[in-house]
Amino acid sequence: MPAAGVVLIVAVVLIVLALVYYLLSTIGSLMRITTGLDDAIAAVTEIAEKSAPVEAVVKDINHNLDAGVDLLEGLLVKKAGLTDAVGLVDGLYPGAAAAGLRGYPESTEIDAPRIGEVYTKGTLTLARLGREAPIAAASPAGGEVLRDVERGSLAARLLYPSVRHERPQELPRSPVIGTDAPLQYEQRDDIGAPRKRPPTRQSNGEE
Amino acid sequence: MTLWWIGDVLLIAVVLPVVVYLLKGVLDAARSIEPSVTRIAEAAGAGSKDLDAVPLLLTTQAHVKTTVEVVAGYGGSLDVIIDDAE
Repeated sequence: MPAAGVVLIVAVVLIVLALVYYLLSTIGSLMRITTGLDDAIAAVTEIAEKSAPVEAVVKDINHNLDAGVDLLEGLLVKKAGLTDAVGLVDGLYPGAAAAGLRGYPESTEIDAPRIGEVYTKGTLTLARLGREAPIAAASPAGGEVLRDVERGSLAARLLYPSVRHERPQELPRSPVIGTDAPLQYEQRDDIGAPRKRPPTRQSNGEE
Repeated sequence: MTLWWIGDVLLIAVVLPVVVYLLKGVLDAARSIEPSVTRIAEAAGAGSKDLDAVPLLLTTQAHVKTTVEVVAGYGGSLDVIIDDAE
């Protein structure tokens, strides 16, 4: 065989060896990638299965929360008025007046009164209650007292036991004393007489 | 004979380096994918573990429903005992 043929065979053998080495290495790497992807796919499938009911549950939670928000907004606006309601919300959460109340789109256009900077929540609550809170007359929103004085006071009394608040006029009256008292007591004979002394004890022990 | 030698030279000096270069590129690319796949599998596993708390949403759902019902009850009472603004 000529020398050129030997060199050709050596070159071909080298190329084949290079092919074998690199292709086997690539195959090994691809097998490891396949294993990793299998793990990832299993985990992703598990994620999909676990998160499947989330949408329905979260929608139901949001539905209930929306109902609660609508209820509280409606109650607040009904009792305090839209302007004061926006002011109260803005007082509790500064800047919330810009977003307005969700069920009242016109609330975004209201210039919220500065309730939160002047009055505490407790004072505001008392102001809403009416006659018991003189501060109600000086509500930052202005205008009349928010609560019907007579009816509001009587309604509040119903919250407490009737012994002290609902029927105060039927409580037992204080006793009247003196000569004009409706109930006169017989004078006792011993009043004003010398006090009776107990018998004295003698030194020898005999009485 | 001269052409044979020229072919040998081309085979050793050109074809073999090109083959090695291309195969090494494929191997490097495959090896560079392995860490990424490993991280993806770890992240997916961690995400799946995080979702183990999803069944607690059912408890949250029940609590929210109960809370809203209680709030509605209080709202009804407040509606009765507090006068309207207008």
